[in-house]
Amino acid sequence: MGARDVAAAVRTGQRSAREVTEEALAAVAARDGETHAFLEVLADVARSRATAVDAAVAGGRDPGPLAGVPVALKDNLCTRGIPTTCGSRILDGWRPPYDATVVELLHAAGAVALGKTNMDEFAMGSSTENSAFGPTRNPRDREKVPGGSSGGSAAAVAAGFTPLGLGSDTGGSIRQPAALCGVVGMKPTYGRVSRYGLVAFASSLDQIGPFAATVGDAALLYDVLAQHDPCDTTSLRLDSPATLEVVEAGVDGVRVGLCPDLIEGCAPDVAARVYEAAEALAAAGAKVDEIRVPEFRYGLSAYYIIAPAEASSNLARYDGVRYGLRVDAEDAAAMNMATRTAGFGAEVKRRIMLGTYALSAGYYDAYYAQAQRVRTLVMQAFERAYTSVDVLLGATAPTTAFPLGDKVDDPMAMYMNDICTIPSNLAGHPAVSVPFGVGDDGLPVGVQVLAPALAERLLFQVAGAVEAAAPRTEWSA
Amino acid sequence: MSSDTVWETVIGLEVHCELATTTKLFCGCRNAFGEEPNTNVCPVCLGLPGSLPVLNAQAVELAMRIGTALHCEIHASSFARKNYFYPDQAKDYQISQYDEPINVGGWLELPGGFRVGVTRAHLEEDTGKLTHVGAGGRINSARHALVDYNRSGVPLVEIVSEPDIRSTAQARAYAAELRGILVATGASDGRLEEGSMRFDANVSVRPGGTDQFGTRCEIKNLNSLRSLGRAIEYEAARQIALIEGGESVTQETRHWDEAAGRTQTMRSKEEANDYRYFPEPDLVPLVPDEEWQRRVRAAMGPMPADRRAILADLVGGSASEAESDQIRAVVDLGLDGLVVDAVLAGAPAQLALARAANELAAEGEPGLALPQSSFVTVLQMEAKGELSATQSKAVLSAAVAAVGSDPRELAREMGFEALGADTLTAAVAEVVAAHPDEWARYVEGDDKLDGFFTGAVMKATSGKANGKEVAAELRRLRG
Repeated sequence: MGARDVAAAVRTGQRSAREVTEEALAAVAARDGETHAFLEVLADVARSRATAVDAAVAGGRDPGPLAGVPVALKDNLCTRGIPTTCGSRILDGWRPPYDATVVELLHAAGAVALGKTNMDEFAMGSSTENSAFGPTRNPRDREKVPGGSSGGSAAAVAAGFTPLGLGSDTGGSIRQPAALCGVVGMKPTYGRVSRYGLVAFASSLDQIGPFAATVGDAALLYDVLAQHDPCDTTSLRLDSPATLEVVEAGVDGVRVGLCPDLIEGCAPDVAARVYEAAEALAAAGAKVDEIRVPEFRYGLSAYYIIAPAEASSNLARYDGVRYGLRVDAEDAAAMNMATRTAGFGAEVKRRIMLGTYALSAGYYDAYYAQAQRVRTLVMQAFERAYTSVDVLLGATAPTTAFPLGDKVDDPMAMYMNDICTIPSNLAGHPAVSVPFGVGDDGLPVGVQVLAPALAERLLFQVAGAVEAAAPRTEWSA
Repeated sequence: MSSDTVWETVIGLEVHCELATTTKLFCGCRNAFGEEPNTNVCPVCLGLPGSLPVLNAQAVELAMRIGTALHCEIHASSFARKNYFYPDQAKDYQISQYDEPINVGGWLELPGGFRVGVTRAHLEEDTGKLTHVGAGGRINSARHALVDYNRSGVPLVEIVSEPDIRSTAQARAYAAELRGILVATGASDGRLEEGSMRFDANVSVRPGGTDQFGTRCEIKNLNSLRSLGRAIEYEAARQIALIEGGESVTQETRHWDEAAGRTQTMRSKEEANDYRYFPEPDLVPLVPDEEWQRRVRAAMGPMPADRRAILADLVGGSASEAESDQIRAVVDLGLDGLVVDAVLAGAPAQLALARAANELAAEGEPGLALPQSSFVTVLQMEAKGELSATQSKAVLSAAVAAVGSDPRELAREMGFEALGADTLTAAVAEVVAAHPDEWARYVEGDDKLDGFFTGAVMKATSGKANGKEVAAELRRLRG
């Protein structure tokens, strides 16, 4: 059952939120042992919230557009009184004293937060294998990774535990796992969804976004999330975009730029699905043209300077002084070092060191400043492309889901997973991954639609058309 | 260097001013001094994961006032992160303005007319406060430390001077004048003892007459005008001794030990932190538009220099050195409004200035709170001769102590009721009649008897007569 169906049933009293919640909890209890999508299931919290939704319905009050819909929360979203680990040992024992703005918005919309999902530590990774609490497995094939870093939320939706999930996308962390798990995953325009309460990885790139089984459900959730928040200075002062109403509007006359630079590095089966999607859009009335954006190839290098640089600063606060893990030592500096050595995993340490180096005196201009110039170049390239097309079309990830353990010892191979998703983060633009058939291995392929800043309505409109044209794929749970 | 070289000290000051805002720089916590530790804190100023800063408009406004008062240009600016690990630093980075400060390129004129260049005055957040516990409270020997984050995120403006200052006296004058300006703009409460202003001094020495700068040392931890002066004196002497002894000064950061009265190495240039500044991605650029700047300028009152000029005008023409001192004191204490009002109400300017600078200032805080009407009344009584100088001072003191009382009433209660003119004339006539021989000598020109007659009249009137009026009456009778 999709989110819109659940909400409609709960709003009209056909089903109780409590019943929906119990079903979801039972499914997780029965089947998450092998998937490990959740780090913590919030059974009591979910039940009491569901009861409140039912009371609203019974009392004739509007329970909200997500009435009774179970939602999976990535574990880098702060939840009051509930552990928020970011997949790391270093936050051991920490319970935030506040809810992230998106969590408040979900509650206000009647949603039921079902649990906190697994992730690569501090969102650094593309397979959810960098979690300190063990990997998540891909529900479509449990020998494969779900992608990452929001692998837990993608897997929760793919496994049918929750109709909706929240992730965060810094370089592709929503879209890539969505592609690998065969669900819809969307990254909004930077500033459209409040980051308040999202534990920062790279502040100028991070955005929270929705996972859902369908484009329409993703739009429903996005419309709830896209609100101005005075607690986030980078949050834009705009009204909710009402994307749900355009999901089935079709693509007649829409100019779609098929972008080889977002396809050429991909496996042939993935590339084939993207070309099929382009043909399907053309058949639906879109004007499809090939468009080159060669600057995209520099995105990855710039990203792996900027994101670690910001991370090196954002993660400094995990020093053992105020919260989380503390490993005692003879003085404060030694305690900091012992705590961070014990608390962080290898990938996090690697990126902190990369970022620290890139910002160091004497290297700043050659690395950080240069990467910012490349970022500007990528933004200008997008701008140029969007003078002749309305949206871009490409692959989301270079391959279908890869085996667990396959890339853990090869950071560069892992980083290459983000090659098609990173440009949108650098530019702050919205993009979405929509399932479109399967690869040679029978595993899901995601097609990526990219749109200019704040063009979410157009983005969901095209995504809806891609979904409508996609081959039907039935997955066993 | 020969030991008879005349040395010149070159000083630049960095002054951290805590802004007197209602709330902190990036969150809604109260900005208050002296409260229970860790009570004015929230996820933002504790640097909890997921929290984000939101810039306080009042702090920006006060920063613009400071910039305007220091003749700076107000620029579009941005924030950066200064990264370093320290337990009092909630995020292990400080949000500060770095390459794009809000105020650039101004000056401050000392009371003597000397201008000190101001390089910049930028916004940043304060850290928490560490208290080292055990083993005498010293950093190196403490057993553990307590952190109070009430101060974390309190807004600061750091005002950086050019190395234009040439003596300890100038440095102190600069700090004092700056304090006056910060208080006058409403940016600061000026309470040095509460850490509202903290000083770092960059000190170097060079032979007089040369224009190459010597190697400088930065001295930290100066929390009063007195320690500022002492530290600079000590440091200049230390550097001169080094050079005259054939050694050279090493560029480093030094810590002022108030108790020991000397500076000590904190860290050398090589050990200096690499702060890895980069633009703060959580904040958008700060671009105060013309309209906002205009409103800030319009809301500003006169600065201490302007207020001193007004008082000097009232005193008339060129103020004496004593009067200049009184004018400075009156303006520093914020008593100038009282003085001006008193003069407008008819009190003599010199008298109002003197009573404010001496008697009211001596009363401390309560003296500053004396109602204008009371001050004016006392001065008028003294000017009209209803009170002698001594009586006037006593009534002022009583008026300060008894808030809200009528000075005329107080004077009556104290028995200072002035004698009526008739009573005085009669009293003088009686005294003259009682001492015919002395009066004859006095009339013939024996001026030494002036005091004799005045004293006798005073005694006869139990001290209620006004000395000046007695003298006048004696002169009239003498012919």
